[in-house]
Amino acid sequence: MSRVGVFICHCGVNIASVVNVEGLTEFASGLDGVIIAKDYKYMCSDVGAQLIKDTIKEYNLDGVVIASCSPRMHEHTFRVVAEDGGINPFRVEIVNIREQCSWAHDDRDKATKKAKLLVNAAVAKALLLEPLEKSKTPVVHNALVIGGGIAGIQASLDLADDGFKVYLVEKEPSIGGRMSQLDKTFPTLDCSSCILTPKMMEVGNHRNIELMTYCEIVSVEGSIGNYKVKVRKKPRYVDVEKCTGCTDCVNACRMKGKVPDEFNMKLGNRSAIYMPFPQAIPLKCTIDPNSCIYLRTGKCGKGPLCVEACEAGAIDFKQKEEIVDINVGSIVVATGYDLLDPSSLYEYGYSRSKDVITTLELERLISPSGPTGGEILLPSSGEKPESVTFILCVGSRDETQCSWCCRVGCMSALKHIHLLREHLGTGVEINLFYTDIRSFGKGYEEFYRSTRAKEVNFFRGRPSEVRCVSDGLKIDIFDTITGKLFEIKTGMVVLVPALVPRADSEEFARIMNLTRSRDGFFLEAHPKLRPVDTCVNGIFIAGCCQGPKDIADTVSQASGAASKAAAILSKDELENDPMIAWVDPVICVGCGICVEVCPYSARILNEVTRIAEVDEALCTGCGACVSACPSNASVHKSFTKQQIIQMVDSII
Amino acid sequence: MEEFEPKIVGFLCNWCTYAGADLAGTSRIQYPPNIRVIRLMCSGSVDSIYIMKAILEGADAVLIGGCHPGDCHYLNGNYKARRKIVLVKNILETLGMEKERIWIRWISASEGQKFADTVREIVEETKKLGPNPVAQRWNI
Repeated sequence: MSRVGVFICHCGVNIASVVNVEGLTEFASGLDGVIIAKDYKYMCSDVGAQLIKDTIKEYNLDGVVIASCSPRMHEHTFRVVAEDGGINPFRVEIVNIREQCSWAHDDRDKATKKAKLLVNAAVAKALLLEPLEKSKTPVVHNALVIGGGIAGIQASLDLADDGFKVYLVEKEPSIGGRMSQLDKTFPTLDCSSCILTPKMMEVGNHRNIELMTYCEIVSVEGSIGNYKVKVRKKPRYVDVEKCTGCTDCVNACRMKGKVPDEFNMKLGNRSAIYMPFPQAIPLKCTIDPNSCIYLRTGKCGKGPLCVEACEAGAIDFKQKEEIVDINVGSIVVATGYDLLDPSSLYEYGYSRSKDVITTLELERLISPSGPTGGEILLPSSGEKPESVTFILCVGSRDETQCSWCCRVGCMSALKHIHLLREHLGTGVEINLFYTDIRSFGKGYEEFYRSTRAKEVNFFRGRPSEVRCVSDGLKIDIFDTITGKLFEIKTGMVVLVPALVPRADSEEFARIMNLTRSRDGFFLEAHPKLRPVDTCVNGIFIAGCCQGPKDIADTVSQASGAASKAAAILSKDELENDPMIAWVDPVICVGCGICVEVCPYSARILNEVTRIAEVDEALCTGCGACVSACPSNASVHKSFTKQQIIQMVDSII
Repeated sequence: MEEFEPKIVGFLCNWCTYAGADLAGTSRIQYPPNIRVIRLMCSGSVDSIYIMKAILEGADAVLIGGCHPGDCHYLNGNYKARRKIVLVKNILETLGMEKERIWIRWISASEGQKFADTVREIVEETKKLGPNPVAQRWNI
């Protein structure tokens, strides 16, 4: 027979003001198997903990029930206290008499009656709790970072500098991500590539980083400390060992200037063999199989000109897709975002006029390495615009599109105003339609004020329609500040679209076992207290894949995710949660239902013994196999059927 | 005669509905104390036996609370629970008992109000049904 002690916490007055704590203690001390029941003002305090430890020794207890706040709050605390007191930490049962009793009910008698039933059930379970031991699994000291934007770059560098081997997987031919497409960054007007390129080079040269560009994740198996990942290496048709990055092939290509250039938001054209941008890391060419004449038709004139032009002999049309296996201990997901395609919003005229562009397209027009060499020209006529109008919140903060704020739109438009004044002088008219200007970051409000001095017409409201007229664009805007309707004639409209989850985020979440919030971004384990953790242990998120954010926030989140990932990698072995499934080999008949039911492939049917087994490293303790087992051979440790049924008996 | 106060047993998943119930308390949202909660890791681990046992022991209603479809912490445990509940209801119906006493609800960790509203709704509906006749038969 077990010797159980019951400890009841007043939680100051949080519990004691509603629940009759003395009555509850008296009730508990009368229960079968309970040796002693005590109450105290703050059980989680040092004094309370000491009280528990002393009582365990004094009465030679082997199990404790603690009636206090939610087990989600202090279960771990009390397990440690019990262990310090000399009993197995898994012979602790928590009764939630605060969140689910004293705080939710105000009738003292009814609340006390409920608390008694809950204590009764917990004691019934505690008497049956088995002592459990934590098993250990060794940690693989490698990290995987998915996504080579600024978040992935920062996380990789942090982890590599900590001395861990990092695999950085990027799906595009070069790392750099969205930030590499930007010209300047707010609010400092730093040149984006001037601050990004050195980091990219560091990644390329770091001895601890294995850069895997033009690669995609196929599958992830295993668990924290030991993930087995399959990576698809797409063929570049260029031998990266030989390619020197001279781009002679690019100029020789028969498709030169005929393929829309994604890096320049399709405002310019490239060849079928291409270098994504001049600062690309790795500085290697790639052949786009969808536009290469040779790869599509099997012949290209009398022979591909790129092969002829490449002195290094790097072109290799025989390259095939490869699957590479890697083994890592923790993973940082930094897959970034998409911009909402404004062509789905008819009123903004994006699909009707070439002169309606997005902010990212404007970035490429302003960039000296862009399609116009840094000249801001109207895409329709190639002339300088006399008037530019910004429309903020395109799809953002819009119940019919994206309910959330993109967090960067206001600031990026203000930045563009600075850059337009710099490039086009004071002659150009600038209008800005906004909902609210959100300048929340450090130095942002000051930047906004300095922009207001740049002779800009601010209108508060959303335009009803962008209309194409013979010599430009006309927009109707009702300004909610003055209460007047304006008709604005302008040459160029710049839309600031919403930041949305990547198109492949659903599929990717499935591969990684991640959950997504309602908006489709990856869900963090806790919105405030665990912002970089996910619901999967050992997988962390950083940057805009978790939700829209600016570069500064992205970088800090990436460093946070990297240090969480490093904390795992720095251990030699990890303790497994022992509250997992177990199979009684005497009872198991080897039907295999548990193998089918397990979502984590933690169940294996031993071919020799024909008995189901549990892979302790993979089992997460969900209990699905236990309720599915027709012969009751599966046991969920600390949630056994006997324990739960005893609880049901004692709670009614 | 004293007013009938239904006894409700709740099997709540640790990650969503149990956390939602915690949030109701943290937000001081009041609901009837008729519900007694048993915490499980996942709604998918609710065994049909638990529900049957609760009804046979005289619970007037049983609530199974899990994460919203698609949001299960263990990927798909809530779907397993949903299928199991259909079976349990069939069994109850076959035995001539009221399947309306079994409730399954998806309540997330952020839906404290929904948890409180659900408990209130179950209490009201169960009061209409009256006490679980199985319990009365035991009392003979």
